[in-house]
Amino acid sequence: MIQSDLSVILPEIILALYAMAALLGAVYTSKDGMARLLTWVTGGVMVALAGWIASNGEGTNVAFNGMFVDDGFARFAKVAILLAAASVLVMSQDYMSRRGLLRFEFPLLVSLSVVGMMMMVSAGDLMSLYMGLELQSLALYVIAAMRRDSVKSTEAGLKYFVLGALSSGLLLYGASLVYGYSGTTLFSGIIQTAQHGEVSLGLLFGLVFLISGMAFKVSAVPFHMWTPDVYEGAPTPVTAFFATAPKVAAMGLFARVLHDAFGLAVADWSQVIALLSVASMFLGAVAAIGQRDIKRLMAYSSIAHMGFALMGLASGTVFGVQAMLIYMAIYVTMNVGTFAFILMMEKDGVPVTDIGALNQYAKREPGKALAMLILLFSLAGVPPMLGFFGKFYVLRAAYEGGLAWLAVAGVIASVIGAFYYLRIVYYMYFGDEGEGLDKNGSPVLWGFLMASAAVMLLGIINMFGVEGAAAAAAAALVN
Amino acid sequence: MDNLLSIVTFIPALAALILTIFLRGDDEAAQRNAKWVAMFATSATFIVSLFILFGFDPADTGFQFVEQRDWLMGLQYKMGVDGISVLFVMLTTFIMPLTILASWNVTERVKEYMIAFLLLETLMLGVFMALDLVLFYLFFEAGLIPMFLIIGIWGGAQRVYASFKFFLYTFLGSVLMLVAMVGMFADAGTTDIEVLLTHQFASENFELLGIQVIGGMQTLLFLAFFASFAVKMPMWPVHTWLPDAHVQAPTAGSVVLAAILLKMGGYGFLRFSLPMFPIGSEVMTPLVLWMSAIAIVYTSLVALVQEDMKKLIAYSSVAHMGFVTMGIFAGNQQGVDGAIFQMLSHGFISAALFLIVGVIYDRMHTRNIEAYGGLVIRMPVYALVFMLFTMANVGLPGTSGFVGEFLTLMGIFQTNTWVAAVATSGVILSAGYALWLYRRVVFGDLIKESLRTITDMTTREKAIFAPLIVMTIWLGVYPSLITDIIGPSTTALVNDYQAALGMAEATTQHASN
Repeated sequence: MIQSDLSVILPEIILALYAMAALLGAVYTSKDGMARLLTWVTGGVMVALAGWIASNGEGTNVAFNGMFVDDGFARFAKVAILLAAASVLVMSQDYMSRRGLLRFEFPLLVSLSVVGMMMMVSAGDLMSLYMGLELQSLALYVIAAMRRDSVKSTEAGLKYFVLGALSSGLLLYGASLVYGYSGTTLFSGIIQTAQHGEVSLGLLFGLVFLISGMAFKVSAVPFHMWTPDVYEGAPTPVTAFFATAPKVAAMGLFARVLHDAFGLAVADWSQVIALLSVASMFLGAVAAIGQRDIKRLMAYSSIAHMGFALMGLASGTVFGVQAMLIYMAIYVTMNVGTFAFILMMEKDGVPVTDIGALNQYAKREPGKALAMLILLFSLAGVPPMLGFFGKFYVLRAAYEGGLAWLAVAGVIASVIGAFYYLRIVYYMYFGDEGEGLDKNGSPVLWGFLMASAAVMLLGIINMFGVEGAAAAAAAALVN
Repeated sequence: MDNLLSIVTFIPALAALILTIFLRGDDEAAQRNAKWVAMFATSATFIVSLFILFGFDPADTGFQFVEQRDWLMGLQYKMGVDGISVLFVMLTTFIMPLTILASWNVTERVKEYMIAFLLLETLMLGVFMALDLVLFYLFFEAGLIPMFLIIGIWGGAQRVYASFKFFLYTFLGSVLMLVAMVGMFADAGTTDIEVLLTHQFASENFELLGIQVIGGMQTLLFLAFFASFAVKMPMWPVHTWLPDAHVQAPTAGSVVLAAILLKMGGYGFLRFSLPMFPIGSEVMTPLVLWMSAIAIVYTSLVALVQEDMKKLIAYSSVAHMGFVTMGIFAGNQQGVDGAIFQMLSHGFISAALFLIVGVIYDRMHTRNIEAYGGLVIRMPVYALVFMLFTMANVGLPGTSGFVGEFLTLMGIFQTNTWVAAVATSGVILSAGYALWLYRRVVFGDLIKESLRTITDMTTREKAIFAPLIVMTIWLGVYPSLITDIIGPSTTALVNDYQAALGMAEATTQHASN
């Protein structure tokens, strides 16, 4: 019994043990001197785990009496999380070392938060859900405030912590209500309670509070307030991390709770999610128009993108989950590339985040500007980039789920949002002669930028097989 | 040659890729190479596309040269041409080498310039060949990106405003079409245009937000597509992006915009709106017709008072596109034939007019009509060419402009005499603004000091105009050249349209009995 349980959570155990061992090792040796090595090794471990999970997992395995579920859905999300986290880690190294931020805790905290994320997407019980969520969040709070001597960074960490605690409280309150009205914390038990006729009012209350807590984690409107400040305040590699892996985990958790625990009450939550979705899309599109700081801009962009991903979820169908997964996979790829670009934005060795600094960038660095152009149009959802297909999937899901109004609202929001992406293009290509950024950039960042842009173009041929994997994952979740 | 269409479509893209990867530096040699690669690629595209034209069988009203491969999500990569689209493909491949030739004097970022135009050609060709809804949308929308950059980078003083307006305006129009496409996909279960052409979309009236929608789903789908095509066309009152875009775009950009990009709207109406949503089209026809009539008269009046030559021609384009929409929604053989004819002929004439402006803009760097006068003294050849295309623009018999206008007016006269009457007055107005422009620029005394040293057209410029002159006159005296190719397809289109309407009417009568 125990042995079979443990074998199901082996990837999580390995990553957790690795993090602890590396922590001890670094503390007893040269501490920050190990940071560079640890970053690479952690990235390698994550990629290896991703490969292992992708190739080995089969069917649905349940551990600890249903508290932990390892199915196709969880595996898809885990692979995405691990790859995103590994990419960001590798990208961060050059930036961190030149800012004197190369601390050995960073890769280890990232690994611990990744363990939490893997728990989240595999949660089969409200308890394991909370455990994963908090493990993830605690590590994130710390790395947001990693630049200890910067007011903005500490402010970001504190803000994130306080608001995160509030949202955890909401979530816990919802969980307690759900437990009270269904008599169990197991998702499989909750769904059975819902099966007996109508969903009781108390259970619905609990569901709404759960949704609020999770909406905070995906930074959906109206729980988005922390996002711009945290994105701006945290060191850029940390921002890149926030924008990628945790978002996948939170969306995965969202889908898991809604479908595994409340899959029979689709009509009850679909409208709530649709509302979150439409509010996020519009706020993300409108609020970013006035931003000149590219990190804040990316924060609003991520809010809008979460709105689109939620649109898939709102449809409440298998195809909706598939669309959401594909959307997230594309979103993460785009953001890795975009943040690789942002990490390269420097002037005299100092990071620059004002988009005005990009004036005439295309003249000095045509290659990088072109890659960024592709990514920006992809973020805006303009064909033929892959970002368009992400939008097309969720639009189709929404339409087929009977939410045609949501699809119409979504495309209108995407036109508004296109404006600020175009504005960056405007600075890069049409702008007046500016002082310009440094002509530098580590080959690693350059590689990630180019690879991400290439994926956006070449992916339209067959999406590198992600479509089929996402379909299988969605089918595993919704039954 | 199973994939002739793909070859034609992707030759320019391949050339663009080669330029991106292999061409380094921005010295004179690199610039020359970029130009020659672009020239070679567009010419090769034209030559290969001739195989399509000669291999095309006009009697077959179905799609020809079809290629089909599976794609994501049950979509397909499906290409094909029929009588309606084949000539637009030819128009595109014909115009592109001329635009490259017209851009020979570009000195700023030549490589990027050529890449943008080559990509644009691929995307435009794709629009006319795509036989899958999403593939069509992909090409249709992607064309915005190079055009946005062309206006924004190589445009005039107000280029930023114009490029943003162009992009956002057309993008907003198109996304509604995207939702409609999703709806069609859900309804028919396929995005194959060939299948959708035979699919009957629901046309029962229903209530939406308390409003009775006559024609039901078909009307809604029609409106969504209409939002996109009307902006692209452009129709009054959503035409305001066009004058800005034209004025700010470089000459070659204006040429492509006027000659090809505008035709996508008309092509869309013929490919989607009319055959797929006949009931919806029928419901909305009066609106479209009156919008066209207003466009013809209103924009002609606006053209009269313009001081910028390009703006004047841009407004004249809107007026001419009014004839196209009018002809299409006349819904009969003459109207539809005339609309296609008008689009092709306008492709040659408007391209030539923008090039004519480009010739003197290159010399004087102003497009202000006031700055010119008496050019005939220094530039006799130029004056002759300008006169020919002015007359063609007015619709003088013997030029291609006449045939298109005449056929559309004849088509509309049979269905809606009042619209025909209003539109015909637009013909008079067009003579007014075109001739007045000609008089102010070419005739009169050469009193402007700056014009005393202006030189006549160079051999390169003459070479650009020669093919356009040939086509304009050839089509003017021998219109069967076009109508023979499009005829069978348009007949089938019109018959299907009328049959669908007749069937719907019979059903309503049956229901009311």
